[in-house]
Amino acid sequence: MSPLDLLVVAPLVFMVLSLLAGGWQRSLLALAIATMAALSVWLMTLDPGTAHVVGGWELPLGVLLRADGLAQMLVPAVTLTAGLTGLYALHQFAPESHASNAQTAAFWPLYYLMWSAANAAFLTTDLFNLYVTLEMASIAAVAMAAMGSVRAALRYLLIALLGSIFYLLGVALILSRYGTVDVTLLAGMAEADFATALALALMTGGLLVKAALFPLHGWLPPAHAAAPAPASALLSGLVVKIGFVITVRLWFEGLAAAATPAGLHVLGGIGALAILFGSLQAIRQESLKALVAYSTVAQIGYLFLAFPLIAGAGHAWAGLSFHAVAHMIAKAAMFLAAGLMLKAAAGPRIADLAGLARAMPLTVTAFGLAAVSLMGLPPSGGFSAKFLLVDAALRQGQAIHAAVMLIGGLLAAVYLFRPLAVAFSGSETPAVPAKAPSMVAAPLALALAALLLGFAGGPLAELATGGAPATVAQEPPPSLENTVKTASEDAQ
Amino acid sequence: MSLVFDLVLCLMILGTAAASLLMRSALGGIVFFIAFGNLLGIAWLSLGAVNVALAEIAIGAGVTGILLILAHARLSAMGDPVECEPTSPWMRAAVAVICGGLIVLLSVAVLSISPTDRMGAQIATLMPALGIENPVTGVLLAFRAYDTLLETFVLLGALVAVWAIAPPRGWPQRPASLAIATPVSLTVIGTFSRVLLPASLVMAAYLVWTGSDLPGGAFQGGTVLAGGILVAALGGAIALPRADDMRLRSVLVLGPAMFLGIGLGGIALGRFLSYPVGLEKALIVAIEYALALSIGATLALLVAGKPVPPAAVQEGGD
Repeated sequence: MSPLDLLVVAPLVFMVLSLLAGGWQRSLLALAIATMAALSVWLMTLDPGTAHVVGGWELPLGVLLRADGLAQMLVPAVTLTAGLTGLYALHQFAPESHASNAQTAAFWPLYYLMWSAANAAFLTTDLFNLYVTLEMASIAAVAMAAMGSVRAALRYLLIALLGSIFYLLGVALILSRYGTVDVTLLAGMAEADFATALALALMTGGLLVKAALFPLHGWLPPAHAAAPAPASALLSGLVVKIGFVITVRLWFEGLAAAATPAGLHVLGGIGALAILFGSLQAIRQESLKALVAYSTVAQIGYLFLAFPLIAGAGHAWAGLSFHAVAHMIAKAAMFLAAGLMLKAAAGPRIADLAGLARAMPLTVTAFGLAAVSLMGLPPSGGFSAKFLLVDAALRQGQAIHAAVMLIGGLLAAVYLFRPLAVAFSGSETPAVPAKAPSMVAAPLALALAALLLGFAGGPLAELATGGAPATVAQEPPPSLENTVKTASEDAQ
Repeated sequence: MSLVFDLVLCLMILGTAAASLLMRSALGGIVFFIAFGNLLGIAWLSLGAVNVALAEIAIGAGVTGILLILAHARLSAMGDPVECEPTSPWMRAAVAVICGGLIVLLSVAVLSISPTDRMGAQIATLMPALGIENPVTGVLLAFRAYDTLLETFVLLGALVAVWAIAPPRGWPQRPASLAIATPVSLTVIGTFSRVLLPASLVMAAYLVWTGSDLPGGAFQGGTVLAGGILVAALGGAIALPRADDMRLRSVLVLGPAMFLGIGLGGIALGRFLSYPVGLEKALIVAIEYALALSIGATLALLVAGKPVPPAAVQEGGD
């Protein structure tokens, strides 16, 4: 028995059950959260690099599942994010309500499908299997986006299919060139020839669409902003990370031989532009959810800005993994909190939020704590991530990269303080009674988790570097507690 | 002779593709698209890839063709202009340059790869242990069964995604009726489909059974079944089920659930999705029959579309 396959299979079992068990979604979700939490703990106790093929069919033909440090961080984060988002969604998509509609019935199977897809994508090293996981995630994501706006979802579907085709073209080239699609085998075989370079370019192009990296982000803000809050949380938290993780597997492991420094710098440069563009767009938004969606465009930029830093001095790999986890949790918290705030507010605009800090203090607190992590203020997980990345950039003399990250943090402060300032602006807004305690608790718990992630910086950075590919700079794991301490002393 | 045949086939494929793209009439474009799919299937056949040919003709030409014609009919019934607006010449030029460039790059890359079959030998050594002869089934149901398992859930998820866009009063009702409105055509198709539906059931069962050793399998069988169901629905011989019908739900999840269950049973023997020695063929065929049934029902409902309010059920067809 192994948690590697069970983490993918268990949500599928729950998907089947959710299609058959109309009124039992509540118990099903409780069972799913307990199962997935246990499996995640099991996964974290495995030695980094633990791997096995599915069904005993050996490589190069079979499919390899592997728990490397990145997966051991991301899968538990998915459990936390999806689990708490599910608790929130129990009230939005209440299964026992008699006015049952298509969305309450369709949400739960799609929710489990997406959960399975995220785990499958983070745990496999097989490029074709990754294509299947992309399709699982895209189908669920498009359907969830359609619950808000069919128009935005249709646009999302078409662009996601285009991305899939480009990715699949690259996989086909790799298969005929090397006779395998396994990343671990390709790492030892890949050469920098034309077919490999073209395959890498095609797959990266397709994946950047899925990860919504500027300038291929156009589908994201309308889809993420229109979807129901729990769907937005899953879309921004989980789905965009899948495209990112596959890109990492290609550039730093499987096809690292064809990944030239120039290519890495191009991705890094696009990442920098994404940070600046996404932040400036977020500042311009009048609607709260569009602001949070553009913040995702900016935060995705950090993930790619780190690409040229991975091989050099410092701990950019740990910073990258950390950022993916911190953003997943903090952004889910923020979308869930925004959903509650918008339900209580008079309208969707930021100006309509006035007085909400008094009316729903816990929810606004959750929004604020998530904002702390997204801005990268200590002691949050976002701070640890950005600290490691800026530190690596400075050590490598990449002052521009460091400057863009710091400016990105400042711009995030600008766009995130605005809704908070409005919410805290005085008025006699009466307190909004919580519809359900778990609906208030879910974003708060996620935001606290994003904040507390910073305190676990050292062990997590060590976990991230466990089983990291050979292209990653091998240095002793950073002792983040000390660096954080010095930094906060400096700040005072 | 064979070269001449291939050349003519290639010209016809390019011709039908160009015609379906350039046709101003959407219906004309659809007709050429269906012809294009069938020709592509013949091309796969002449390359010796019979499984791919079956899938291309069944899905690429058959199910997609019905889907496009239905979409055209429903859009026309709604009074939407189905003709597309003319694209600007600049847009056309840009698309032509991008697609042309991509074709050149892909051609150079493909020609730079030596055409050796690297996986065939490995598959051939593993096949005897399975007790089946069709290597495609071996790959789909054993060596890469994990991919196939996840794909069956993609298909199931796609149907749930269609449900998600049902209008508020449409849930949990039936999809719009596919029955043809013209009484004479309805009678003809209805009579025809009463023969065709049982025949397609037999054909699907045969394709799944023969898929163990010869081209065929769950997907091809399921598509034939879906075709039978759709023609029967067009002829008014059967009514499409409600989305909350538990019998329907059971049929939809039967294949994926059976696949999961047999996979999980493998854990008792050591690994998820490993088949006990001696039972490989029996379990593979069992999974395939269950899958064919689920795939048939799912594909038919995907084509039929989202559930609609009862009043609209009778107005859906053309």
